[in-house]
Amino acid sequence: MTTSTGDAVRGALTGAIGSERVRDAEEGDTVGGVRPRWVASVATTEQAASAMSAAAEHGLRVVPRGSGSKIDWGAPPEAVDLVLDLSQAGGVLEHAAGDLVLHARAGTPLDEVRRVAADAGQQLSIDQPLPTATVGGVIATGTTGPGRHLYGAVRDLLIGITVVRPDGVVTISGGKVVKNVAGYDLGKLYTGSHGTLGVITEAIFRLHPVAEQHRWISVTLDEPAAAGEAVRVVRSSQAMPTAVELERAGTTGPITVCAQIEGRPGATHQRALELSEVLGSAVGVTGEVLDTAPEWWGEYPFDGDTGLRLGVEPSAVAALLTGAQQAAQRRGVTLRTRGSVGLGLVHAAIPEEVPPATVAELVGELRAAAAEHHGYGVVLRAPRAVLASVDPWGPIPAGVLTLMRRTKDQFDPEHRLSPGRFVGGIR
Amino acid sequence: MQPASTANQTEAETAPTDLEGLIGRFREALAPESVITDPQRLRTYECDGLASYRVVPAVVVLPENADQVGEIVAACAEYGIAFVARGSGTGLSAGALPRSDGVLIVTSRMRRILEVDVANERAVVEPGVINLDVTKAAAPHGYYFAPDPSSQQVCSVGGNVAENSGGAHCLKYGFTSNHVLALEVVTPDGDTVELGGRARDVPGYDLMGAFVGSEGTLGVVTKIVVRLLRAPESVQTLLAGFPSTDEAGGAVSKIIAEGITPAAIEMMDALSIEAAEQAVRCGYPEGAGAVLVVELDGPAPEVEHTFAEVQRHCRDHGAFEVRVAADDAERAMIWKGRKSAFAAVGRISPDYIVQDGVIPRTALPEVLTRISALSAESGVRVANVFHAGDGNLHPLVLFDGSEPGAVERAEEVSGSILDVCLAHGGSITGEHGVGADKVKYMGRMFTEQDLDTMQRVRCAFDPDNRCNPGKVFPTPRLCGEAPGQRRGVHPLTEAGLADQF
Ligand SMILES: Cc1cc2nc3c(=O)[nH]c(=O)nc-3n(C[C@H](O)[C@H](O)[C@H](O)COP(=O)(O)OP(=O)(O)OC[C@H]3O[C@@H](n4cnc5c(N)ncnc54)[C@H](O)[C@@H]3O)c2cc1C
Repeated sequence: MTTSTGDAVRGALTGAIGSERVRDAEEGDTVGGVRPRWVASVATTEQAASAMSAAAEHGLRVVPRGSGSKIDWGAPPEAVDLVLDLSQAGGVLEHAAGDLVLHARAGTPLDEVRRVAADAGQQLSIDQPLPTATVGGVIATGTTGPGRHLYGAVRDLLIGITVVRPDGVVTISGGKVVKNVAGYDLGKLYTGSHGTLGVITEAIFRLHPVAEQHRWISVTLDEPAAAGEAVRVVRSSQAMPTAVELERAGTTGPITVCAQIEGRPGATHQRALELSEVLGSAVGVTGEVLDTAPEWWGEYPFDGDTGLRLGVEPSAVAALLTGAQQAAQRRGVTLRTRGSVGLGLVHAAIPEEVPPATVAELVGELRAAAAEHHGYGVVLRAPRAVLASVDPWGPIPAGVLTLMRRTKDQFDPEHRLSPGRFVGGIR
Repeated sequence: MQPASTANQTEAETAPTDLEGLIGRFREALAPESVITDPQRLRTYECDGLASYRVVPAVVVLPENADQVGEIVAACAEYGIAFVARGSGTGLSAGALPRSDGVLIVTSRMRRILEVDVANERAVVEPGVINLDVTKAAAPHGYYFAPDPSSQQVCSVGGNVAENSGGAHCLKYGFTSNHVLALEVVTPDGDTVELGGRARDVPGYDLMGAFVGSEGTLGVVTKIVVRLLRAPESVQTLLAGFPSTDEAGGAVSKIIAEGITPAAIEMMDALSIEAAEQAVRCGYPEGAGAVLVVELDGPAPEVEHTFAEVQRHCRDHGAFEVRVAADDAERAMIWKGRKSAFAAVGRISPDYIVQDGVIPRTALPEVLTRISALSAESGVRVANVFHAGDGNLHPLVLFDGSEPGAVERAEEVSGSILDVCLAHGGSITGEHGVGADKVKYMGRMFTEQDLDTMQRVRCAFDPDNRCNPGKVFPTPRLCGEAPGQRRGVHPLTEAGLADQF
């Protein structure tokens, strides 16, 4: 390996994908406070492969980026030389409506996928509130939203994936049929891997038909215990809810539990009324049937704040909320919570202005509260000062961490892909 | 116990393996009846559901709990000896095919259901638990375990996990991978780890996702946390007879195009109907060139309405008879013909190959035409049974092994069917797995680099390639030292550039 100069590197990138696709990085290209040197924008898998080959030759550390809506998620990378920008690598390549399958480039905005699918009365059942989010980013971060309850998570909907390896080689896993057990299912491994194993350039998803009518059944309660009971009643009913969400705007105060059901016109409304009645009598509060989702539905409760994802076994939602409430009260912090409680998942927000040391303590307590119920807490994103004092991922059991580390070593032996962004200090 | 090392591997390659020593260790750790070396008894385990592959293992062990599995696997690591896990041995791709120089770890004594937790809609089971027993344990609470392979009365949940098994109802409810929350696994070096978790989306790589469907090549599953689903309020099942598979296929397309997601849509052609009729007298519509079994489930008002639509679509597409199951007994009768289809072809042919290919569902008419052409050209009869909703075909290639050349001809037709599937963008296996049997086809679906990348996962779990070696991948990847590991100063730092970043 010869020593690379900046000019040589830029020359290699330019040679690989054209000078119009390479530029010097700017302030806005910073990844978790780390400034890269260059940005390469690619439009296709082939270009991504060429850029990655050049990067490999010069030992560049690379962070892949879609629209950048979640580029600050995860831990800050230990170093970045090149941002590989996939936002130009968009486009739905195929929508096989009769097979309920859609193939898109990683840079395709999820909104575009939604539009294309909707034209055939279909949906990609991934709820993702950030308006510019792309297919690749959603896979890399494994985001979760309400529709997950029935239709499954990103991992369940992804049936095929194209990935450029750190050495520039293009590889695939899965395919374009839903039922397929040939080879390992690497799509699951790449989902949620935060750009540390390979550069996702294309994905194939299974779609679902859009129901003709949706209704939301909502109850508002005062205490976590009652909310937990409401969730249990909905989950164990035969009404087949397609989502079960919760919203609490403050540390204390009202908690709204809201279930979504869907189906054919008329019957769905009737089913909603019935569920509302069952629910209302179980928790002693009159339920409401809504024609549209509440405005908070599917939105993250955080923006510039510290945003967490807390997960527990589903029956422990009330205990988690109680623990969270107490921990926040002790510190006089306003905690907003919202999420897919039917599955035991809650997003929480700690306001931006809370001092980092307090945030760190609170995160520790939230993790402890979750851990009592087989749970965990991940800081999805946070102000930089907070990330300086909190491991966003939290502890990982030693045995599994060893396997994860070995996996990373196998996929990225030179540790050039998003080093340091992932769990347990894996680099 | 000492972990597997490269030194072990080289030793294993150069020195003869000390099987006797290893067996001695098993006898120390396990009850006497749990270690089998008697050649006669070993034969019981020489094959799985695909009996054309047979190898007698060197030794069979029957652990009773996870700790014993851990001891067995650690001892295998220490002695550098390969092992294969086996559940009920119903696999159809020779995935549990033993090694003559290796250990077969059979989970048939690990059949405890450890927990049914209704509040969390999950069950915790040992790997040898029979698939249907999970549903039986959950049913009194109004729940069930969704994956329902036709072999569900005998196959193990551990085997389901290894194969990512599907079933008739996976069209709506997904495969085993969608129904597993956590796995306890003994890794090839003998460590016990938990992958996944009782909470959703635990942080870190989704190693559980990679493990499910890895066909026993990444470790031995010792405990499984599965999701339980609430039993649907209403279930409706119909059987429709069509003049031919074309009309039946048209009805399937229409149903899906209307935005209906049935719990199951299964199709059988004339030859497989004939076989089923002879075997179980299921009383399918006489003279049918194809039958469809369609099942809907969900909230009663939805099912009622949609079921009427499905019946209409069937009639509109030429169904000459539509039979609705009035109760569970009639439903079972309808399913009986379908579920016994594989075994039933034994009635009309001395030997047969069960193929398992997948196509995009919309390619069904074209592919069926190709298959009948292949059959006509070769004179090899093919009966078709399939999960029509998701394009998973099970052509049954019939032959008489006593006729010279018949096996080869049948295998050729069977392989050509997979080529047809691949040409339509499909897969070489939808649920039976690659095992030893389809290793030869993997290169037709994936590039060498794709396979190399998949094997990086195997290298992370099993660097010495001792865990069910020879399955899934045509050529093992050497794991060794990761290639091109960069050492010393980063080149950019050396060039004085890194500081500017
Ligand atoms: C009549 C019939 C119908 C069938 N129908 C279907 C169907 O509808 N759908 C379907 O998907 N399959 C079907 N199969 C195939 C088969 O039943 C499934 O693949 C089943 O999941 C295998 O389970 P098993 O316990 O028999 O596993 P085995 O055959 O014993 O093993 C299968 C694989 O799993 C591995 N394995 C087993 N236990 C463990 C463990 N504890 N840890 C790690 N690896 C392990 C083995 O090494 C092997 O690779 C059918 C088979 C038959 C004979």
